[in-house]
Amino acid sequence: MRTVLAILLCLLLCPLSGSITPASERTIHIGISQIVEHPALDATRKGFIEDLQDSGYKNINFNYKNAQNNRAVSGQIARTFVGDKVNLIFAISTPSSQDVAALTKEIPILFCAVTDPVAAGLVKSLEAPGGNVSGTTDRSPVAQQLDLIGKVLPAAKRLGTIYNAGETNSVSSVREIKAEAAKRGMSVVEATAASSSAVKMAVESLVGKVDFIHIPTDNTVVLAFESVVKVCRDNKIPLFAADVDSVSRGAIAALAVDYYRMGRQTGAMARRVLEGKAKISEMPVEFQKELLLYLNPRQAELMGVKLPDTLLKEAAKIIQ
Amino acid sequence: MSWYTFVGALEQGFIFGLMSLGVYLTFRVLDFPDLSVDGSLPLGAAVCAAIITGGGDPYLSAGAAFLAGVLAGAFTGIISTKLRILNLLAGILTMIALYSINIRIMGAPNLSLLNQPTVFDRFQGLGIQGFAVPMAVVLVILIVLKICLDLFLQTRFGLAVRATGDNPAMVKAQGVNTDNTIIVGVSLSNGLVALSGALLAQAQGSADVGMGVGTIIAGLAAVIIGEAFVGGRSVFVATIGVILGSVVYRLVVAAALSFRFGPLSLAPSDLNLITALLVIVALTFPRVREKLKSRAFR
Repeated sequence: MRTVLAILLCLLLCPLSGSITPASERTIHIGISQIVEHPALDATRKGFIEDLQDSGYKNINFNYKNAQNNRAVSGQIARTFVGDKVNLIFAISTPSSQDVAALTKEIPILFCAVTDPVAAGLVKSLEAPGGNVSGTTDRSPVAQQLDLIGKVLPAAKRLGTIYNAGETNSVSSVREIKAEAAKRGMSVVEATAASSSAVKMAVESLVGKVDFIHIPTDNTVVLAFESVVKVCRDNKIPLFAADVDSVSRGAIAALAVDYYRMGRQTGAMARRVLEGKAKISEMPVEFQKELLLYLNPRQAELMGVKLPDTLLKEAAKIIQ
Repeated sequence: MSWYTFVGALEQGFIFGLMSLGVYLTFRVLDFPDLSVDGSLPLGAAVCAAIITGGGDPYLSAGAAFLAGVLAGAFTGIISTKLRILNLLAGILTMIALYSINIRIMGAPNLSLLNQPTVFDRFQGLGIQGFAVPMAVVLVILIVLKICLDLFLQTRFGLAVRATGDNPAMVKAQGVNTDNTIIVGVSLSNGLVALSGALLAQAQGSADVGMGVGTIIAGLAAVIIGEAFVGGRSVFVATIGVILGSVVYRLVVAAALSFRFGPLSLAPSDLNLITALLVIVALTFPRVREKLKSRAFR
């Protein structure tokens, strides 16, 4: 019987062994490693792929793998790409980028949706990465976000925020929120949620202690955004987000990086690398050039706020 | 699958083989389903990363990680035996507590070990391909610890640990304190798991508080697949099976990752489904084998 299992295993493995040989020398192979399915991360991937396709690259082979939030699998994905000697690796998220960076010093790696590439050990500095890794950072424009909130709620002094203390990106965002809030004489009340089901309790803990709530780009909280909206509406607490998708889900306003465009921006970096126009070690980490302002006036009314007309004119999109 | 990917799957199989030996000790030997491993694997990684980034020695960090795991396991064992908390729940409590503790230890949810010294550095350039070094080093560590575990389970105390899993009432009647056998067993198990986490962090270039997700599944899969291969005979053979199971599990994941066969290709989101199916097949396989055997004898 053991032979049967062995044969089954062989059947599983055999068709795979030959499947990844490069079809022709001209084909460009790009490995895409993503830690988990998530709208923002998916958008960067879409932007990256579409940028390259729109730029007239024909023989390009995108090999997309998702680790389903399992770090060991993410390591195996990195192995697969390095073993296949792909021409370039596009790594979406901090852990995915670290896993590929640990394995190769030769294959160019471009990351996306990494908030603090220096702390993550991916680059020596933002200006001069120094190795085979560069990319775009999604560091939130916290100062501009608080300025926006100041325009809507000039008197607000107590900022509430909710995040998962296990998400490295959120921890650095909150650190910056605290610094920027202090500059504006605001106090910050934090609540943490380790899973999306704990988000509602976290919001409830802020009720009565804060004048408004600002949510950073935290995967856990954004997954359960509806529960934040509900509590904020019930208690008339204005709710702001750091990603535009949350505005259609119930935030009053968001000034944010556009993950799709950030993917395209990274795609443009990839083209420069593939065409030999730039050395990755000398390519500075890029920030989002244009920010998007989304507003939701109806939601604002439900949370007891009126959005100023000047702001409505500036908005890239107004959710009706 | 390229040679490089294959070696990588072996490396992960061996690293998780250490963890799986821990799971074997609790799940099979002690009959104690211990879920704290989802927390003690990142605990080992966290301790190791904190020491290395603080300028400490990688070997020392691995030893410290093992000890931290022992403490975590002791906690699970003590609250389960002394406070009479259901074993499944005791493990879950330790696991969630470790989540916070791990962030405390690292001072952040993620610590990078890229460009830091590792236990693998010293063995570079000793005649093996560079990328195969971690695999070879982990294999040696794994074999040594496997033999240590086998020997431990042959000692008087080890036999009492095994008997605790089989028939606690009988063990108590013999005058052995089952609380102690459980606490020591769970401690050792988590020590192995944490050591595996420390090696994983060094091989993968970072420690992340989320890296424990799915540890228990991978451990159980290794134990069960191993049994399907070698059957549950002596401890010596069973622990070989566990290691084999861990390697096979990683090979299947690697295969699933590189599976592309025209319209039959798998979506990246299918991975968890494949894992579950694999474990179910391995779980039912011994029973099917028994059925077929009994039919053959008729």
